Amino acid sequence: MKKWMQLLVLITSITSAGSLLASGGFSSEGGRGEEGEGRGSNMPAVTNAKWKAECGSCHMVYHPGLLPERSWNKVMAGLDKHFGENASLDAATHDEIAKFLAVNSADKQTNRRSNRINQSIPANATPMRISETRYFTAKHDEVSANTFKRKSIGSPSNCIACHKGAEKGDFSESQVRIPR
Amino acid sequence: MRNTFYLFGLFFSVSVFAATPQELLRQYETQAKQENAAFGGFSAERGASFFKAEHIHSDGKKVSCTTCHTSDPRNQGKTRANKVIEPMATIANPERFTDSAKVEKWFGRNCKDVLERSCTAQEKGDYIQYLMSVK
Repeated sequence: MKKWMQLLVLITSITSAGSLLASGGFSSEGGRGEEGEGRGSNMPAVTNAKWKAECGSCHMVYHPGLLPERSWNKVMAGLDKHFGENASLDAATHDEIAKFLAVNSADKQTNRRSNRINQSIPANATPMRISETRYFTAKHDEVSANTFKRKSIGSPSNCIACHKGAEKGDFSESQVRIPR
Repeated sequence: MRNTFYLFGLFFSVSVFAATPQELLRQYETQAKQENAAFGGFSAERGASFFKAEHIHSDGKKVSCTTCHTSDPRNQGKTRANKVIEPMATIANPERFTDSAKVEKWFGRNCKDVLERSCTAQEKGDYIQYLMSVK
């Protein structure tokens, strides 16, 4: 490697590390306070037009950071029988959405909540429902089955009923409002 | 020059899908004639009973188009996962049946969900004819 190239690499790595630190980029450091709260715990707001249009025409859009890549792969491989409904897509749309989900999945995220969800799933399990993860059940243990069944909520899959920022990846406890 | 070329491409790719309900009906008519030599036209009445007909799904539950779309197609419906479905009747929602790819996508999915088979061109045409006729 030439001298000037080494210098360039050195300068870039120093400046990028510096700006990451300044912005609180390392999420484990960024979050503070109680478990799951704080700046580093929210998932980054990610979006894709096809994901929004296709997934969002039947249900709220679930942030990719809620499940690991292997779970999304399983979901996307079974769209013809998607929780009892046919949700098949043409190949191009399917592949674009599958890639978007994989790239932003819980095991690719640095935010605290995604990390914890991912850690709560045994390595040999591939859950398709977020509400089946140990992270979810522990976090919602004070919410009764009857509360979930309220007309205004429906089921545990309707995150957005109580977490209004859910589609943007904001599940912070301070934002929770459980409707009557 | 290259940009004009892309613009043209974009224009054509959009215009392939953009259609009027009448144009869609004509496409289904062509198909229906291929499927059945004795094809005798579409019927709004047949479409109405198709829309309302209840089926027992193999999972044991009763299902029909009205399960999600409600029995009045001028109303908004709701998916099983709680999302609003805009009205099916063209009088209440002029965007219906103006995008053939979208129409085919939903016939493809919903026929399999409700009937557990694909719909025929005859059924698709009757269905559209009915939803255009609702006043």
